[in-house]
Amino acid sequence: MEGSVGLKERQQKDCWRDFKAGDWRRAIDVRDFIIRNVSPYSGDESFLVGSTARTKAVWAKLQPYFEAERKKGVLDVDAKSPSNLLAHDAGYIDRDNEVIVGLQTDQPFKRAIFPYGGLRMVETGLKAAGFEPDPLVHEAFTKYRKSHNDGVFDAYTPEIMKCRKAAIITGLPDAYGRGRIIGDYRRVALYGIDRLCEAKRAERAQIDDMWPTDEIIRSREELAEQMRALDDLAEMAKRYDCDIARPAANAQEAVQWTYLAYLGAIKEANGAAMSIGRVSSFLDIYIERDLREGALDEAGAQELWDQLVQKLRIVRFLRTPDYDALFSGDPYWATECVGGMGLNGDTLVTRSSYRMLHTLTNLGPAPEPNMTVLWSKSLPESFKHYCIRVSRETSSLQYENDDLMRPFWGDDYGIACCVSAMRLGKQMQFFGARVNLAKALLYAINGGRDEVSGEQVAPPALPVNGEYLDYDDVVAKFDATMEWLARTYVHAMNCIHYMHDKYFYERLEFALHDRDMLRTMAFGIAGLSVVADSLAAIKYGKIRIVRDDRGLAVDYVNESEAPVPQFGNNDDRVDSIAAGLVTSFMNMLRKHPTYRNAVHTQSVLTITSNVVYGKATGNTPDGRRKGEPFGPGANPMHGRDSHGWLASCLSVAKLPYRDSQDGISYTVSVAPQKAHLSDAELISEAAKAFDMYFGAGGFHMNLNVIDKETLEDAMANPDKYPQLTIRVSGYAVNFIRLTREQQQDVISRTFHGQV
Amino acid sequence: MSHLGILEPGSRHDLRVGISPDAPDEGQLPDEGEGAFGYAHSYETASRYDGPGLRVVLFLSGCLLRCSYCHNPDTWHLKDGTYISAQQVIDRLAGFAPALRALNGGLTISGGEPMVQLAFTRRILAAAKQMGLHAAIETSGYLGDRVDDKYLENLDLVLLDIKSSDPQTYRAVTGRDLDPTLRFAERLAAMGKPVWVRFTLVPGFTDDPANVEGIARFVAPMKNVEWVEVQPFHQLGAFKWKAMKLEYKHVDTPTPTPDLIERVFEQFQNAGCNVR
Ligand code: SF4
Repeated sequence: MEGSVGLKERQQKDCWRDFKAGDWRRAIDVRDFIIRNVSPYSGDESFLVGSTARTKAVWAKLQPYFEAERKKGVLDVDAKSPSNLLAHDAGYIDRDNEVIVGLQTDQPFKRAIFPYGGLRMVETGLKAAGFEPDPLVHEAFTKYRKSHNDGVFDAYTPEIMKCRKAAIITGLPDAYGRGRIIGDYRRVALYGIDRLCEAKRAERAQIDDMWPTDEIIRSREELAEQMRALDDLAEMAKRYDCDIARPAANAQEAVQWTYLAYLGAIKEANGAAMSIGRVSSFLDIYIERDLREGALDEAGAQELWDQLVQKLRIVRFLRTPDYDALFSGDPYWATECVGGMGLNGDTLVTRSSYRMLHTLTNLGPAPEPNMTVLWSKSLPESFKHYCIRVSRETSSLQYENDDLMRPFWGDDYGIACCVSAMRLGKQMQFFGARVNLAKALLYAINGGRDEVSGEQVAPPALPVNGEYLDYDDVVAKFDATMEWLARTYVHAMNCIHYMHDKYFYERLEFALHDRDMLRTMAFGIAGLSVVADSLAAIKYGKIRIVRDDRGLAVDYVNESEAPVPQFGNNDDRVDSIAAGLVTSFMNMLRKHPTYRNAVHTQSVLTITSNVVYGKATGNTPDGRRKGEPFGPGANPMHGRDSHGWLASCLSVAKLPYRDSQDGISYTVSVAPQKAHLSDAELISEAAKAFDMYFGAGGFHMNLNVIDKETLEDAMANPDKYPQLTIRVSGYAVNFIRLTREQQQDVISRTFHGQV
Repeated sequence: MSHLGILEPGSRHDLRVGISPDAPDEGQLPDEGEGAFGYAHSYETASRYDGPGLRVVLFLSGCLLRCSYCHNPDTWHLKDGTYISAQQVIDRLAGFAPALRALNGGLTISGGEPMVQLAFTRRILAAAKQMGLHAAIETSGYLGDRVDDKYLENLDLVLLDIKSSDPQTYRAVTGRDLDPTLRFAERLAAMGKPVWVRFTLVPGFTDDPANVEGIARFVAPMKNVEWVEVQPFHQLGAFKWKAMKLEYKHVDTPTPTPDLIERVFEQFQNAGCNVR
């Protein structure tokens, strides 16, 4: 016994050689380790190198799969073995050349099934992809084992079912994995499984003495599950010949251990969004040590990143057609955060922040992993410039305001999905999709009846009676509708997450959290700009109602000559309506108690579902036509932000983060504008523009830089680019509406280079 | 008296016609009042083209020229603009001021012709200066005699369109005399006011080597002229001519070839101008 403990300690000491000691040695505290050991880097990107031959070999092996998948869709599914840590043998792409190993199943691009979320989703997904559901799995999950989905529907009320059907509350994680939980995968590299189990045993011992209330019993069971998951993870790693019982001893192991932990998570759960967290600067500490020791060179360091990213690009889940309609493009949001500042004022940018972004150059642009730059005014200028260069070349980066989030979440948070910040290993969220606020406005006008089906969905109330919409009257009715919606929404969410914890508990991800974590319940709204514009139209215009033979208000005509203010033009008259909506709906949500006392939060985020929400929503008083897509996230309605990006982003920056702590999404597409500036000047001007937007309180920026190739492609395939707007010498034009000659002219003008 | 409107929404690209039917004729120069009200076409934010840094550009209505290639013929008449208060413009501008300052930019008043509405623009420019913004106008200079030195004090930069150096060509292209523009340019040179000269290169109309040469020689000795900017003709404004049922001379005018642009650049360069 003594001997093995001694061995373990020696082993640990060896793995931690040359690291600065601190609290992190006594307790599980990755942040403390990072702050004490990180090497901030303020130089430029000139040290970066290309991919190694091994990386290229692996990449070449994957290409035929990508191509086949583009043609055929889902390539393969293991329909027989419900996924978990040990459901599949080790799998490889190109064993000799893989420096980082591990696949979701035993073959690349072979998807797994997750019937614990819900059997129906699995079987629908299989059939849609052309595969047969397995009779044994069917029997197991109908006869012997209940799923999360079954549980939720046992607890739902008829009212919630109606809201779901009417698409006023949609996308709820009631039939699949909720996701948006980020295990602190770095813990496995830093501590090894044995040490993590020890910490979990201690957490368990502390509550063994406590009186068994519901929460204590649940905690005990969860901790037991977590310890089992850690054991299984070690077993899974063994199949790949990795001894993760101990800490990682070098950079390759650190990347490998971290990835195996993440891989474990995606074998256990098919969450809508499965972020990896914030690994670059953590792993950089190991890389720096190896570089110091001469065990690694720059090519070897880049190879680790390239190969990790290759793995993150081939994560696949089996989804259903309905799901794909909401979130097109098979996303899984393996979000990784780079950059940001420490609470001590030092930057957390390291050489590996560069290396991570450089994978976009080495492997080509891609949406996954979802690279998120945590922007601060204090970031090293050269890093800001590098990010903008990468954005310009790849349009693959999103930016989030570290200066805004750090006071809320400290300096070791990750982003789940797109915009949801959470302290790593110390916080989780109960994900809740979103409600359709534009539809709620129409319900208010129609006394709770659906404007499309005519069905009574919200409780019967007095509809608007007159011929014209009156602002005060509509606002009062809308408030009442929102109150009902908020209550119903919290109600549904409590049912969902109660059942998710019960039937589809993410035992591994939570094993990589502290026992006592902050839980948030993340609500969301869609259609914010539609509602803000509608209310502004009612306030500043004269909106006549058109009713159909059912007596339903189905259309609206603005009879006023005066133009009405529209969100996205830095006009306080309407921007304040939008900001007020965020705050008032948030406060309505806060009135209702949540499952496990989660803190209420809210997001203004739709991803690509703005199209589906728009499709289900009738004409709105702002003049939006039935079926027309909403603006995505917090974006103004397309084309209404008619005064340029400055006005548009300043409007969005006014939405209050304190009442939307789960994030405010804003997408902007820019074409390089003709300007008499050198390339370096343009980049530095863009960095200043970021500082300005984030300084004004902007939270997020999804930046699309439209390049020449895109414009040329739009000329050839106009159908693909219905909304492509470009700016030429102060002109904003819809590109595909120009004549061919004009398009050519625009291209040569815009990309004329700098004379 | 026109109905007081609101400068919302829409971009410079939107056609605006007959919005203020009671407006006076732009030739009557209704600017000797307080300038509390004026006529505007539209505004844009985030221009990097109309002066240094990032700029808000306010497009006013009213112009006395009738350039045959004008890409905003819906800015010629005051009646085509929206009747707005200077205060509203100033309030809108104030909302952008911190961002413009952070990006080393400011306000550019364009048109149309800003000097048609002297008192109105004087007010707005003074307010812009008070906000700490860089202030510029884009003008043909035709009405340069009308502004006093005090007006120019509030300007950090003049974007001066010199459409031709030859009086005949100038008249053919704009319908007006060249002289006032040249006088204005000389006055700005004498006071050392920073100027960017803009020249629109229209094949078959303004591309004659002698015409270009004339501008280059005129401008070259002026130390206040920081840049000569060559603006290649484009067809993006043609739809407005069609919609307004105006006779458009340039249906078949091509955009300048790279060779032509190169030649014109060289002419300016050889004369000693900073051209771009
Ligand atoms: S001066 Fe400008 S606005 Fe006036 S006609 Fe000429 S191009 Fe058009």
